[in-house]
Amino acid sequence: MRWINRRPGAALAAFLALVPFALALAAYMIGSDMRLAVNPSDKLLPAPSSIVDTALRLFTEPDRRSGRILLWHDTLASLQRLALGVGISAGLATAFGLLIGLLPHVRATLAGFVGVLSMIPPLAVLPILFIVFGLGELSKVVLIVIGILPFLIRDLSQRVLEIPREMIVKAETLGASTSVIALRVALPQLMPRLLQAVRLSLGPAWLFLIAAEAIASDQGLGYRIFLVRRYLAMDVILTYVAWITLLAVIMDLALRALSRRAFRWTETAL
Amino acid sequence: MSFVTVDNVFQSYGTRPILERVSVEVKEGEFISIVGASGCGKSTFLRLLLAQETPSRGEIRVAGQPPAREPGLDRGVVFQKYSVFPHMTVRENVVAGESLRRPWGRFFGKEKVEARKRADETLARIGLDHVADAYPATLSGGMQQRLAIGQALAARPRILLLDEPFGALDPGTRLSMHDFLQDLRRDTGMTVFMVTHDLSEGFKLGDRVLVFDKPRWDPHDPNAYGATITYDFDARNGGIPYQTIEEDTHVLRPA
Repeated sequence: MRWINRRPGAALAAFLALVPFALALAAYMIGSDMRLAVNPSDKLLPAPSSIVDTALRLFTEPDRRSGRILLWHDTLASLQRLALGVGISAGLATAFGLLIGLLPHVRATLAGFVGVLSMIPPLAVLPILFIVFGLGELSKVVLIVIGILPFLIRDLSQRVLEIPREMIVKAETLGASTSVIALRVALPQLMPRLLQAVRLSLGPAWLFLIAAEAIASDQGLGYRIFLVRRYLAMDVILTYVAWITLLAVIMDLALRALSRRAFRWTETAL
Repeated sequence: MSFVTVDNVFQSYGTRPILERVSVEVKEGEFISIVGASGCGKSTFLRLLLAQETPSRGEIRVAGQPPAREPGLDRGVVFQKYSVFPHMTVRENVVAGESLRRPWGRFFGKEKVEARKRADETLARIGLDHVADAYPATLSGGMQQRLAIGQALAARPRILLLDEPFGALDPGTRLSMHDFLQDLRRDTGMTVFMVTHDLSEGFKLGDRVLVFDKPRWDPHDPNAYGATITYDFDARNGGIPYQTIEEDTHVLRPA
């Protein structure tokens, strides 16, 4: 039997999915053990037990100076920036995607421009953002928007163009105006695509968020990681990295569940 | 009195002629089947009737109106695929037939209740009342096409255009769709144009069968000339209407 036709059973599939995680953890533990055996005060690869201790401390104990639990504080600040940046991008991308996808005049005007914009490396313009928008929240949100908006616009306008012409013509024969076609035909069919595109752009959004926080900020998950880097506090960094990963995974799963729940019509039964 | 007048229509894409010298007059209430080989401009002709394209020469008038420049309420259409809105339930699709012409594309309040009631009546007539709240993706191909026809008729068009509406259906479903279409036509008396690949379907349903073909053919350059209507059959009574004996007296009937 060919390998392309062999499929793992449910139990084996679950086991295989766990294998890479277990291997990565084991590799880390072995490396950590080896380094700690040579130098018990080694900070580079702290033992898993000490990471757990640090994590418990970070999640529960307030900071001695400010009296706040910094991790929750950082999380709140970062998620707020991320939500603003992604939300604004999604809204703008929906509007521009519909306009570019439906109206040939707007497409002729903007499609090339957005294509060129999307080629600008967003981090290269970060200094400009700091100069123009200052070091506050605005420049960080703008960086996320600049980073993911061109991709979202290109993706969504393409999706609008992929709506079968027959469907648009049918709406025309039912007397729909351009705005009704946009609101009642194109927009509802675009929404599942929007969630899909947002899921894909969450990775870059985190990247730009942490980059902006690392360079100029006084709170946030990225800020904390780059702050404690100076003290080689690997246990804190690893805890934050794991926490960010967990948040990203939860967001991804939540968006997928939302997409399934809200757009039942995309599922083909029978 | 002709209802749809096609006057000396030419259509070409770039330098390539598709249709040439197409003229035909259609009376209100006639069912016109359009047949022809692939690439002979049947679908192009339908798009011209639909006003999705404008002819490069000549003009098409419906009910004496000036030639339309884009698809509108007077023309209903059902394509082979993609004719219903996948994000609306079956009932919403029928309501959309009436509501999309409104400024917001929907009804509100009392109008909405009435529109839903009318939609339910339509669904009962086309035999889809039991799936009113389902989404089209869960329906079979024949049910989807019935819904598409019901939706198109809900908008009350002057002419109905069908582009190979039953092309993707299995033979049994196709036969029941024929009955369905004939019933609807008896009830509404609508003028219908139907493009089909299936000659017997064309003759069974149509009052007239228009055949599209290329009258001139250059073997060295098959795309040099466009197609036109080469035959215009009277298709009533199985295609032999003039052999029907209408007298009762003094007629020798064949045994």
